[in-house]
Amino acid sequence: MSVEFRKELFANERDDDLNEIGKGTQRQDALGHVTGRSPYFDDHLFEGLLQIRCVRSPHHHARIRSVDYSQAENMPGVVRIIRPEDVPNNFNTLLSLLNFGRDDEPLLSSKKVSYIGEPVLAIVAASDRQARDAVAAVRVDWEVLPHVLDVEEALKPDAPVVNDVYPNNTFDYHDKYDHQKLRFGDVETAFAQADKIVEGRYQMSPIEQAPIETNGAIAAPETNDRFVCYTSTQALFFSLGTAAKLLNVSSNRLHFIGGTVGGGFGGKVDSLVEPMAILGCMLTGKPCRFVWDREEEMQVGAPRGGERWYLKDGVMNDGRIIARQFTGYFDSGAYTRLSSYAIIKGTAHLPGPYHIPNVKSDVFCVFTNRTPATAMRGFGVTGVDFAIESQMDKIAHEVGMNPVEFRILNAYRDGDMKAHRREAKNCALIECAQVAAEKANWPIRDEFKQASSMVGGGGERAQIPHTVTDEDGKIGDRRAGRAGGGQTRTIAPSTPAPAPVAYTPPPPSAPPAPAQQPAVEQPAYAHPAAAPAYQPAATQSPPPAAPAVTPAPPPAPAPAAPAPSPASDSSQPSARPVNRPGYSRFASNSGFRRR
Amino acid sequence: MSKKPLQFTLNGDSKAVFVEDGQNLLDVLRRGVGDLSPKYGCGQGTCGACTVLIDGEPHLSCLTLAETVEGRSLSSTGGLAQGADLHPLQDAFMRHFAAQCGFCSAGMLMAAKALLDRNPNPSRDEVVEAISGNICRCTGYEPIIDAILDAAQSGTGRRSA
Amino acid sequence: MSISVKTFASSAEAASALSSDRTARFMGGGTLIMRAVNEGDQSFNAIVLANDPALKQVQPQGDRLIIGAGVTMAQILASRDLDFLHPVARAVGGPAIRNMATVGGNLFAEHPYGDMTAALLVLDCQVTLAGGQSSALVEFLRDRAREPRALVASVSIIRPQSGVFRFKKVSRVKPKGVSLMTIAAWVPQSGGRISGARIAYSSMGPTPMRVTAVEQALEGAALDEAGIGNALAAATSGIEPPTDSIASSWYRKEVAPVHLKRVLLER
Repeated sequence: MSVEFRKELFANERDDDLNEIGKGTQRQDALGHVTGRSPYFDDHLFEGLLQIRCVRSPHHHARIRSVDYSQAENMPGVVRIIRPEDVPNNFNTLLSLLNFGRDDEPLLSSKKVSYIGEPVLAIVAASDRQARDAVAAVRVDWEVLPHVLDVEEALKPDAPVVNDVYPNNTFDYHDKYDHQKLRFGDVETAFAQADKIVEGRYQMSPIEQAPIETNGAIAAPETNDRFVCYTSTQALFFSLGTAAKLLNVSSNRLHFIGGTVGGGFGGKVDSLVEPMAILGCMLTGKPCRFVWDREEEMQVGAPRGGERWYLKDGVMNDGRIIARQFTGYFDSGAYTRLSSYAIIKGTAHLPGPYHIPNVKSDVFCVFTNRTPATAMRGFGVTGVDFAIESQMDKIAHEVGMNPVEFRILNAYRDGDMKAHRREAKNCALIECAQVAAEKANWPIRDEFKQASSMVGGGGERAQIPHTVTDEDGKIGDRRAGRAGGGQTRTIAPSTPAPAPVAYTPPPPSAPPAPAQQPAVEQPAYAHPAAAPAYQPAATQSPPPAAPAVTPAPPPAPAPAAPAPSPASDSSQPSARPVNRPGYSRFASNSGFRRR
Repeated sequence: MSKKPLQFTLNGDSKAVFVEDGQNLLDVLRRGVGDLSPKYGCGQGTCGACTVLIDGEPHLSCLTLAETVEGRSLSSTGGLAQGADLHPLQDAFMRHFAAQCGFCSAGMLMAAKALLDRNPNPSRDEVVEAISGNICRCTGYEPIIDAILDAAQSGTGRRSA
Repeated sequence: MSISVKTFASSAEAASALSSDRTARFMGGGTLIMRAVNEGDQSFNAIVLANDPALKQVQPQGDRLIIGAGVTMAQILASRDLDFLHPVARAVGGPAIRNMATVGGNLFAEHPYGDMTAALLVLDCQVTLAGGQSSALVEFLRDRAREPRALVASVSIIRPQSGVFRFKKVSRVKPKGVSLMTIAAWVPQSGGRISGARIAYSSMGPTPMRVTAVEQALEGAALDEAGIGNALAAATSGIEPPTDSIASSWYRKEVAPVHLKRVLLER
């Protein structure tokens, strides 16, 4: 397998004096891997190591009437029963370390369970078999509750409440809305002006990361009243902070050792095994090992969550997209974990790598009685990218355009204003599409071969348009049977701009005539299930009391990564430095490119 | 809980341990003998990370009742290198980036060694078949297949017999 | 409840130990029993082993073959007498599993396993227990849930003429994976017409099964696209396939005729 470098691209922006990039380098851990000596968490031997196993829910949703562990307690080898009340601070949400979201999940549940496999008790025993035998001897009296497994079903007013901390079955965004909003321009006006409306419904099922090494941790008492924890975690300090919080100890009493992970792919950030192993160690004074077996990894291990997306595009006959609207539902499962953040990340990604002057998005983080969802390889973006690119193919077909040319026509170019009010920089979609077309022997016309990300952006495309906002979907409105706020108004752009913003075709290649003559009439396509059960836009609903100060739509920043103000970027759209000594295209003045 | 004495050869060294009834070979190798190279991935025979050779043939140590290897000769990836000299398969795995997270590597290497010991010049299909019981979640398998073929083509597969 | 292990020199002794202990299970290659042990199965706490060399033997007997229950998939692949079963044995797991998994164990494998059993079903298989009792495999499968402690000594199968026996395991993973459905077929012809066909599936129900509706539809039919039409229409007649992580019941029903057609018509 060889890597091919296209150094002719952006050559004037880059010094080619790199010492490592482009050259093969041996992985530093390869020798350990091929000799079987890489130290995974489980490759640490302790005399008298105790084993932990959990009693888990067999139901999607059930109230716990009682737990009888009297028999298990007296079984051979059983050292300790860990009950919910033994967890010092038995309530957490992962992103509380970033002050994002409310605590909503116990390490061990005492009142009710909301997904199959939710743990209610842990047993520490001398051997794995003894722990399993004891687990089998625990009797839980369950009161089975109605459950909901579909995101749109969960948004109905009479749906079962999955997570008592979020009684609307949705994560609360910005203390105000039951979904994450994005508003840029005025999609409704643009839809009315569009030659075609193209709608689509896209869905991605949950995906288990399925690492070969299951989640696990070994904890042991150390000197100076500390605990050492060998862990499979992908996020060592995240797991350390989470363990410190749940166990109510200072993090300097925890000595975490990780870094050698037997496959993670996002499935080893949830920090469920480390606190339990350390707690077992604290309660028994002995080294404890808590490792999921394969069935637990598949059933309890948090997957990439399912997503459902509804897209609606306003398109001109020449292939320009003038408006795009999203309604998205992330299936967070029973608890928040990281889906709330994934949605903010995903919203920042909208409308995809395309210059579209009017964008609207409502994305819901929905609680259902499924296994809580978490990270997996590009999460927040993967599902909606699938939806966007499927939709792009569909639109290209509807307007009779070559799908690669259609993407080049609509692609971001340097200097364009993105929907979350950041200037597009270091754009390369056009170049990627050109190389991909060449590699695939996919014919594109010369004008598209000559297009460049560095030309044609900015100018009017850098302006923030007059934006129509609304207060639809305030927390609790939907649950109460009310259909959201509904009053819309226009807010001023942060920089003076003519209104409405006209679409500026990217020079030098003006939009070409479509390869085929597209149909003029409205598309025959109309998705039968295009209307979601709950639609937060409702002009018929009574307007709420208008606040004196109009809030700007949430600009959807990633919580951990602040960036310079949009104003400073957009005020100088043409001041982008190029050809400056030491300037690197991929290290922009807003810091290194985030991914 | 009764314990039974068990003797076998591991990578040329004789081992003597006590095992519990029902204990699997993987557990005995890792915790009883201290050879941590075979890995637990599933405990049910689907992943192959615990593969070791018993009398030269690949077996899943997690599904092998430990006491059934009495008197037999075992090899694991922990004994594949001769001192500081890597086995040709190990060398090829490194050069081809066939190990990423590394968790499947020990099992893959044993499956590959069993193949090359029996068939020093396998076809690509035969390599695929030989590792068909071993799951890798990182590499997409191609680098692993390339590495095994490379080790075979360099004529070194034969040497390891 | 710790596990105890008892090893016997003969299968007769092992059978007697099994019959006197309701919590005991016989272990052949270990791929089923050790998995259950690893997962903390509470339904048994004793393992019985037998080091009986007879369990490992393959013996021709007239136009039939007697295969010891302890014969592994790898042994089948190494046996010239059993060359017709090589595609079946190769369909079971990877090389490590094949060094362990036995013919006898496969008779007890639960869904989605049991590829070898499907093949045996069309090879007129008789199952002989360690006590000497013998029964048709169909009856054995019907009773196996009630008698998990039976110790199978051997199976007897007919040696097929060339071209009569076909086998296909359908997976969603290449080169192999868990069975979506497995089809075994015994399709003898006389005078250009099918006569006495036997068809079996595994992964299409709780145990591998004979598919009598298809067999009846094939009787007297020509082995061509038109001739097998009725058989394909009956491919899942009376069968309610399971839904699992590999496929839904609906999907299995939809694709069954497609794969059955390939088995019957492909050369």
